[in-house]
Amino acid sequence: MNNRGLKYIDEYRDKDLVLNLINHIKKSATHNYVFMEVCGGHTSAIHRFGIPSLLPGNIRLISGPGCPVCVTGTDFIDKAIIYSKKEEVIITTFGDLIRVPGSASSLEKEKAMGADIRIVFSGLEALDIARMNPDRKVIFLGIGFETTAPGTAVTIKLAREKGIKNFWLLCAHKVMPPAMEAIIKAGTKLDGFICPGHVATITGSVAFKFIPEKHNMGCVITGFEPSDILQAILMLIRQVNRKAPDVEIQYTRAVTASGNTIAQRNLSEIFEHCNTRWRGFGMIPSSGLKLQKEYEDFDAEKIMPVEISYNEDNPLCICGDILRGLKTPPECSLFKVACSPENPIGACMVSNEGTCNSYYKYLHNE
Amino acid sequence: MREHVILIINISTMNEYVTLNHGSGGNQTHELVKHVFVKRFGMIEPLTDSAILKEPGFTLAITTDSYVVDPLFFPGGNIGKLAVCGTVNDLAVSGAVPLYLSASFIIEEGFRMSDLEIIAGSMAEEASNAGVKIVAGDTKVVEKGKCDKLFITTSGTGILKPDLDHISTGKRIKSGDKLIINGPVGNHAIAVLGARNRLDFSTSVISDCASLNYLIQTVLNECKEIHFMRDLTRGGLATVLNELAQMISSGIIIDETSIPVDDPVKGLCEILGFDPLYLANEGKILIVTGDEEHKKVLEILHSHPSGKHSAVIGEIVPDHKDYVILNTLIGGKRILDIPSGMQLPRIC
Repeated sequence: MNNRGLKYIDEYRDKDLVLNLINHIKKSATHNYVFMEVCGGHTSAIHRFGIPSLLPGNIRLISGPGCPVCVTGTDFIDKAIIYSKKEEVIITTFGDLIRVPGSASSLEKEKAMGADIRIVFSGLEALDIARMNPDRKVIFLGIGFETTAPGTAVTIKLAREKGIKNFWLLCAHKVMPPAMEAIIKAGTKLDGFICPGHVATITGSVAFKFIPEKHNMGCVITGFEPSDILQAILMLIRQVNRKAPDVEIQYTRAVTASGNTIAQRNLSEIFEHCNTRWRGFGMIPSSGLKLQKEYEDFDAEKIMPVEISYNEDNPLCICGDILRGLKTPPECSLFKVACSPENPIGACMVSNEGTCNSYYKYLHNE
Repeated sequence: MREHVILIINISTMNEYVTLNHGSGGNQTHELVKHVFVKRFGMIEPLTDSAILKEPGFTLAITTDSYVVDPLFFPGGNIGKLAVCGTVNDLAVSGAVPLYLSASFIIEEGFRMSDLEIIAGSMAEEASNAGVKIVAGDTKVVEKGKCDKLFITTSGTGILKPDLDHISTGKRIKSGDKLIINGPVGNHAIAVLGARNRLDFSTSVISDCASLNYLIQTVLNECKEIHFMRDLTRGGLATVLNELAQMISSGIIIDETSIPVDDPVKGLCEILGFDPLYLANEGKILIVTGDEEHKKVLEILHSHPSGKHSAVIGEIVPDHKDYVILNTLIGGKRILDIPSGMQLPRIC
């Protein structure tokens, strides 16, 4: 990075541009619209810039399941905790996972009690830790969607290439389109999706084609700046008004129809689709990624199987309904009363991208 | 820095173990200080940057702070310089003229003597710049692995004029008062982070670490309407604003476009997902001044090297008591909340 910093931040946050878009939205919005922003990055940006305070009252944005931390099941955390208690194990994880409550503890608490849990910024950093600690067993917690999964795929390939024998993956990677279909099938009343821009950078817009074709619902693949999001809202309104649902790309500076084919190749080389459990949704067919047979020797669960007892989440927590867009955080009896970012009960309160966390941080006196 | 403790609505149950979150400077730190220390020590709230003690004939300010920054050396300073200017600033923002410091060292066996000499040299230099004397100290050495290289604790005392004892509690603040900061935020945290070598970036960002006592004294000598000051260390600007709103039971409105942030800091925050308003500074203060006098305050700040980029960022309002509202860059509105969850550990 040069001394002037990143380019093209302020340009997309221009007040006049934003005002202009808001005016167009107000003119075009002739009735009520409900759109879901699928991605947690969008939820966070929408609240950080105060977009709800600028939109007219007949446009409602609801948040979807696109925060990887939030949809990761309690069972995954419980497994990671069991591994972390083994003397020889080093757990490597992205930072926001460590505060997610499991059924009885969290990785953060285990770390405070002496478990060797290290925060990394990438799988490759975890692999380095394995290389530098040959007498330890290093487990990388793989979470995230099509955005982070290619990085994990490359890490596994590299581990194989370099013959690293003390590195394993505990995998909770997921893919997004099946979850969007599950939302439609759950009966959430929606007029369109603000589609995840970074996921689509990898998958291409083609991955969302089935939504207008099969379910008659519009999609706009969207960037993460306020003008991106507002432009996408305008595009969705126009799709609804024209009764012509389609997949449009607003985020043209990053997304193409076919996506990042190198990343896709890496994904299909290392992973295959599997049924997986999403917090709040239960099992969604073909929505998870697991290591292919050829790479099973890197699968922590295959090499060091652990048993967990299945625990129900707190029955009062409505993270599930929130993730499906059926309820909003203030409708939860725990929100702000027992559940806060310091003491999260549901996963949606943990991550910066979680819906409850965003509502708590940016809107909590409304 | 002594913690100002706020009452939060949901006192969560104290955890069984201390986690890094308890050191983040946010809500959990406040809870720990309140439930473990304040009630046992019988301290009088609100806690401020320095304790203000009235004795017959003079008013004394006392403060103490521990420094655990990692790495010890970073662009713009090192742990020694930080240990002096941090404590000097805690005294100065309370309205005191800092006079004497003590310094205690916990050193890990095997620490390089030459590094210790460089750090001690920086402390001497910064003390001389700030016009304070280091007059007492202590040294402990622990076995390898029992502490990480070097931790320093400094305590400081100063004297303040009796008519300035309102500054740390903000009791003269009224609606319409203006909020001023003395320059761009976030540089210290980003400089330290960049020096950690774990992230694959190099930056030109330099820590703002500096003693501000002369700047502060000039403002206090020439202006009569300074109602509050606080340094923007751990937890950053957002934390100080929230603590202030709750301490004085007023609302605060902040204009995001007016908050100075250097471009490289802005860019790195975008990449790393940080908000500069929550990042630690070591040479930045918030000043609350009466509306009539804010231009004069700004003029004085602008003429000083540590205040060249000072700006008015908001004002005290009678609405939304206890809350800080941010007018966002794009003209929206949202709450600017106190940070929760782990920020960056060991930044100071």
